[in-house]
Amino acid sequence: MKLDSKAPSGPIETAWSHYKDHLKLVNPANRRKHTILMVGTGLGGASAAASLGELGYHVKTFFYHESPRRAHSIAAQGGINAAKNYQNDGDSIYRLFYDTIKGGDYRAREANVYRLAEVSVNIIDQCVSQGVPFAREYGGQLSNRSFGGTQVSRTFYARGQTGQQLLLGAYGSMMRQVKTKNVELYERREMHDVVIIDGKARGIIVRNLITGELESHFGDAVVLATGGYSNVYDLSTSARQSNVTAIWRAYKKGAGLANPNFAQIHPTCIPVSGDYQSKLTLMSESLRNDGRVWVPKKQKDPRAPKDIPEGERDYFLERRYPAFGNLVPRDVASRAAKVACDEGFGVGATGQSVYLDFADAIKRLGHASIESKYGNLFEIYQQITNENPYEVPMRIYPAPHYTMGGLWVDYNLMTTVPGLFAIGEANFSDHGANRLGASALMQGLADGYFILPYTIADYIGGTPLQKVSKDDPAFKEAAKNVQNKIDKLFAVKGGKTIADFHRRLGRTMWDNVGMARNKTGLEKAIAEIKNLRNEFWQNVNVLGDKNNLNPELENAGRVADFLEFGEVMALDALKREESCGCHFREEFQTPENEPMRNDEKFAHVAVWEYQGENQQPARHTEPLSFENVKLTQRNYK
Amino acid sequence: MRLHLKIWRQKNSQTSGKFVDYDVDGVVSDMSFLEMLDILNDSLSKKNEEPVTFDHDCREGICGSCGFMVNGLAHGGVPKTTVCQLYMRNFKDGDTVTVEPWRAQSFPVIKDLAVNRTAFDRIIASGGYISSTVGSATDGNTLPIPRPIAESAFDAAACIGCGACVAACKNASAMLFVSAKVTQMALLPQGQVERAERVEAMVAAMDEEKFGSCTNEAECSAVCPKGISFKTITRMNSEFIRANIFGSGNGE
Repeated sequence: MKLDSKAPSGPIETAWSHYKDHLKLVNPANRRKHTILMVGTGLGGASAAASLGELGYHVKTFFYHESPRRAHSIAAQGGINAAKNYQNDGDSIYRLFYDTIKGGDYRAREANVYRLAEVSVNIIDQCVSQGVPFAREYGGQLSNRSFGGTQVSRTFYARGQTGQQLLLGAYGSMMRQVKTKNVELYERREMHDVVIIDGKARGIIVRNLITGELESHFGDAVVLATGGYSNVYDLSTSARQSNVTAIWRAYKKGAGLANPNFAQIHPTCIPVSGDYQSKLTLMSESLRNDGRVWVPKKQKDPRAPKDIPEGERDYFLERRYPAFGNLVPRDVASRAAKVACDEGFGVGATGQSVYLDFADAIKRLGHASIESKYGNLFEIYQQITNENPYEVPMRIYPAPHYTMGGLWVDYNLMTTVPGLFAIGEANFSDHGANRLGASALMQGLADGYFILPYTIADYIGGTPLQKVSKDDPAFKEAAKNVQNKIDKLFAVKGGKTIADFHRRLGRTMWDNVGMARNKTGLEKAIAEIKNLRNEFWQNVNVLGDKNNLNPELENAGRVADFLEFGEVMALDALKREESCGCHFREEFQTPENEPMRNDEKFAHVAVWEYQGENQQPARHTEPLSFENVKLTQRNYK
Repeated sequence: MRLHLKIWRQKNSQTSGKFVDYDVDGVVSDMSFLEMLDILNDSLSKKNEEPVTFDHDCREGICGSCGFMVNGLAHGGVPKTTVCQLYMRNFKDGDTVTVEPWRAQSFPVIKDLAVNRTAFDRIIASGGYISSTVGSATDGNTLPIPRPIAESAFDAAACIGCGACVAACKNASAMLFVSAKVTQMALLPQGQVERAERVEAMVAAMDEEKFGSCTNEAECSAVCPKGISFKTITRMNSEFIRANIFGSGNGE
């Protein structure tokens, strides 16, 4: 597998602009002759479809929801970063770049991250012009707040519903292109395979979820904007349907899979309350601007929080990380909470949670001010837990939230398969081993509005693309394989539900490939996943029809893919013999229990190449070089 | 607790449906309504019966996928709540609960509790946006927006497009959905350029999709999980009259 990052050399400040100046273009009159297949309509997919439609390309969008606006980007709460320096607090493009590289524990590609920071400022302008109702100061200017891993206020927000407002902005722009017929919507379609002709991605097979029909669609390029795979843990903050299927099937067609073990466990989620639980709900990181995290100093302290005097509380983030306090990056905060609970200081019925307390902020700023900043988050919390966070501290615990790993892409956002692009959370590109808060929305929109439209033109303009049709044998064969797989799922007729397998996989992943990993646990996970996968294909029960809306069948296919993917994730974690960011290998830590990188051996991206059913995939590497930042032990103290 | 459920089962859009009775055991108060249905579905699967189909995804009240009538009320009738955020502490042991899909000509049933709401997308496509081509925006702070205006625009923009407003209305009117978008854009300075065309196009699209008329009973805003105000409908009516009289040239 050839991994040419195409990252430009020369001064990083001008690299993107110089690179862009030399990309090939497609003549406006010719663009409508080119069809682009866009899979997924979240922030990445919708913004890319809108931009490409505006340029005049013919874009076909595919999504398994009934409406593009349901994509999981809608649930992002806290905000979006941009290096505007509106607060006059010393922010700059370099600083956003630096924070992101450092936050990711030096496992991301410098050139990509610098470009991300550079276009961040354009994103805010674009969104404002679309009517996104960002929070404002009394003078009418845009308001900012702080997120973890930074010492400036660069996060723009729309109450606790920033993702919703940004997605509706992108969706609106895309719907404008639907009106002009440059963009077509194919709702309730799930992608099952990528079709490759003459070594290039030229089409996809999708299942029409209402009729069960397998449809073939062809075009000049395929873009996967299909999000992340946190649901490999079963319980996560992702929407229930978020899955790995599209990128997994692309991987099986030759796309390299990068750093799959890099999964972010978010520190502030509402803790699990029972076995029936279907979903973990995030409480935005923005809450750590005003909330203080603590546990009692006494183990298994039975007292109510209000009865524990100040002197008997351990504000462990403030204690361990005085410089950043409650706003340390997510991986650091999550691990600290886990350590507190593992040592018996956790609170609540299960002892698996810590307090996030707003009492001081309410005293300092007043009830009304806290309500205007976080009102809807407090409402969600109360709705779920039946406790009033204005009076009783929230209880929180870490939960799987975002996946930094994904399909390997070069500087053009193209995978190792020519013509197959991956954007947003589906690719691996910008966040290294840990994503900073409010950077996912930034990356999705950067890819879609300001990067892909340039790089995809370079591919289309510079690549000879023969005419293809649905009658090509490659389409017929792909469709046949997809059909066989569906038939095989129905044929098992075993005795266990799909949910049962998903829960067991999730438990194995959480216990062994979660917040702390070690060699023994990872080897155990690999063996367990193999067994579970075998059992699935002997004993799963898929009900309903194949020619009708059938969520059981959809779920079965996704869980089957998670059962394969989970193994590669564990393998990736096993082979990375260092700790970095989210990837905390217990064997590799400093005396203060901080992750210890091994830059000599592991300053690289690990890229996995498929080698066939039940074969161990091949591990390749893309070396990372750092010319604009100095590699240091991350220090938030 | 144990509940008796009467759930609408319908194989597809071509066949007719009927209520089927189910009992579900082991319901606890911290469970959401959808988690209660998950338990029912789990027990159906174990008996080799096809589970009940319902749309859902984020399960935190923001994606707008879920929604059906619970005891005749959209999303179950708890204020500002989607059915995924409706907790079983609102029910008692032994309750009988009727569950049926949105009923509206413009939202045909696809299967069981899942309906087709793509009419909403077509209404948005008719003009529910500000035409701002990527690359042409000026600096975000060149256009100061008074905080109260930004807040009111946000209140209207919070609509999740679930369709409860249509389901709750005896005329199956989509006025609250459309007026929320019209209000957001009419309040903001960025939305002024297309202000008249937008409301006219969206109202025409709404009629084309065969949504009913509004008779000012405000059933819609009473069930709206995001608390979209009935005042948005008042605003849309005035926007519509303004557009009709003055047109897009602002005609004075």
